[in-house]
Amino acid sequence: MGKAVFTGIAIGKISIYHKKDSVVKRERTDDPEKEIKRYHEASEEAKRELAALYDKALKEVGQANAAVFEVHQMMLDDLDYQESVENIIRTQNVNAEFAVATTGDNFSEMFANMDDDYMRGRAADVKDISNRVVGILSGTGGSGFTAKEPSILLADDLAPSETVQLDKSLVLSFVTRHGSTNSHTAILARTMNIPALIGVDFTEDDMEGHTGIVDGYTGRFIVDPDQDVLKEYQDKKKQEEEKQRLLLELKGKENITKDGVKINVFANIGSVKDVADVLANDAGGIGLFRSEFLYLGCDDYPSEEEQFKAYKTVAENMAGKKVIIRTLDIGADKQVDYFHLDHEDNPAMGFRAIRICLKRPEIFKTQLRALYRASYYGNISIMFPMIISVDEVRRIKEIIAEVKKELDQQNLPYKDCELGVMIETPAAVWMSGELAREVDFFSIGTNDLTQYTLACDRQNPNLEDFSDTHHPAVIREIEYTIKKGHEGGAWVGICGELGADTSLTETFLRMGVDELSVSPSRVLAVRDAIRKTDLSR
Amino acid sequence: MKEFKYTITDPQGIHARPAGLFVKAAAKYPCRVTIAKDGKEVDAKRILGVMSLGVKQGHEVTICTDGEQEEEACAELEQFMKDNL
Repeated sequence: MGKAVFTGIAIGKISIYHKKDSVVKRERTDDPEKEIKRYHEASEEAKRELAALYDKALKEVGQANAAVFEVHQMMLDDLDYQESVENIIRTQNVNAEFAVATTGDNFSEMFANMDDDYMRGRAADVKDISNRVVGILSGTGGSGFTAKEPSILLADDLAPSETVQLDKSLVLSFVTRHGSTNSHTAILARTMNIPALIGVDFTEDDMEGHTGIVDGYTGRFIVDPDQDVLKEYQDKKKQEEEKQRLLLELKGKENITKDGVKINVFANIGSVKDVADVLANDAGGIGLFRSEFLYLGCDDYPSEEEQFKAYKTVAENMAGKKVIIRTLDIGADKQVDYFHLDHEDNPAMGFRAIRICLKRPEIFKTQLRALYRASYYGNISIMFPMIISVDEVRRIKEIIAEVKKELDQQNLPYKDCELGVMIETPAAVWMSGELAREVDFFSIGTNDLTQYTLACDRQNPNLEDFSDTHHPAVIREIEYTIKKGHEGGAWVGICGELGADTSLTETFLRMGVDELSVSPSRVLAVRDAIRKTDLSR
Repeated sequence: MKEFKYTITDPQGIHARPAGLFVKAAAKYPCRVTIAKDGKEVDAKRILGVMSLGVKQGHEVTICTDGEQEEEACAELEQFMKDNL
């Protein structure tokens, strides 16, 4: 196991990168001035090589990352460095190779002892330039990578100059023992769009030419996989290529059917850091932002300020795109100690979600205050889970009115948010006509709706045969909800797993669904399905 | 002799690249140029020495020019620090 610095899957032959032999012999000389001349000539040659590498890196990894070779040239020009080499040659009457290697070791040790990670990393740079000069002096230059076909490159560590000199068309992936996520190898892997692992412990013996698999998602490095594993990864790789293809083809395109019907495809997320995925997959907004992450995994209720910051960050990062945040959905399968909820025999039907919020309005108010305050910084909508009646919505609105009044009194700015309810109980489906007149939108949560409609516990694996996700009862409920929602003036989206089921995309489009919210990685697949649909036929 | 003090605002401090640019700027002038931090003074025309100071954000450095064109050198380096670090 290693640490992945870039995702992706690579399958191919393993090729080991052999460092050039860096054992330098100390030899006495009778003519130190000749050695000094040799050193200066080699140093000039090294600077010419570095200038060429700079140009090459400029094209491959950009100016900021190529600058290292400019710095290398300056290090070779450094007078402290030059004086050290000359001194060693003169005072010890030794060969230039030895003097350069010793100087390199000394400076590299100086950096290695500094109290700063960045500067410690520079030890490798000084070593690298010294090795380059020694290589020129002793005529042992050249690449240590001898692969004849595209291969997985295994190395102890790679210096910037080594990565730049590689023939990139022969590298499928980098796997190194050392290195950091900010190393040149990692940057190059990202630029080349190939998986790379660091911190992998491998034994070089008899690995050359064997088949290897690099899993840049989990950090796994597999040597000589059996048929099943190989097949599994070949499939994964195929899926990934399909994803890449979609990304290139569909990014920036509209979610529009062949006959011109447009809907929104949004993304479901569970934490602030997921926003990067949302944007990378080109989702038009966030259709379900589960707010539970703020409550789970801590010892006490999250403060208004803490929540405000999280919501504000997401709203700002989405830059005006819609962000639908679902209020607290704790209880059932998500338990939090500090809520001190009683044990329940049937928690899925128990004290959860909006029921807790209405019974403990102080918790609910804190969240609503944070949401409204954050609304000022973007386009936030608020959605309430587990609704079964119109009366609940009215009670929620009363609490919202109190919250707004408080904010007004405190002169805190907010916007009027669109309000919506989750349709995830059969009761909400049958009340959807009335509910639509109370709110701006519906979001159908198909996972819970299926569980409650079919009376099949989501958590019970023995029910898999019975819990048919395409059950006509659920499909009819969705159709009814969309119809009643539209009649009452509410737009209707689907945020459960069915929304991402591309075998149903056409069905939902024909029902008139306005939005599908899916996990970020499914956004483009759904867009693809929409663009292949023709509703006029 | 001319000198000025400057407190680094760049979050990365004087890392390799700005150190290189700084050394280049100093090397253009015939006068002696030094940079010092916490009493340790090095030749500002030598990159390894400048890097060895390990200057980070919030550190104060003293830059000193002495000799021919010391005025111009001092002015340019002060501007360089403000623009880049």
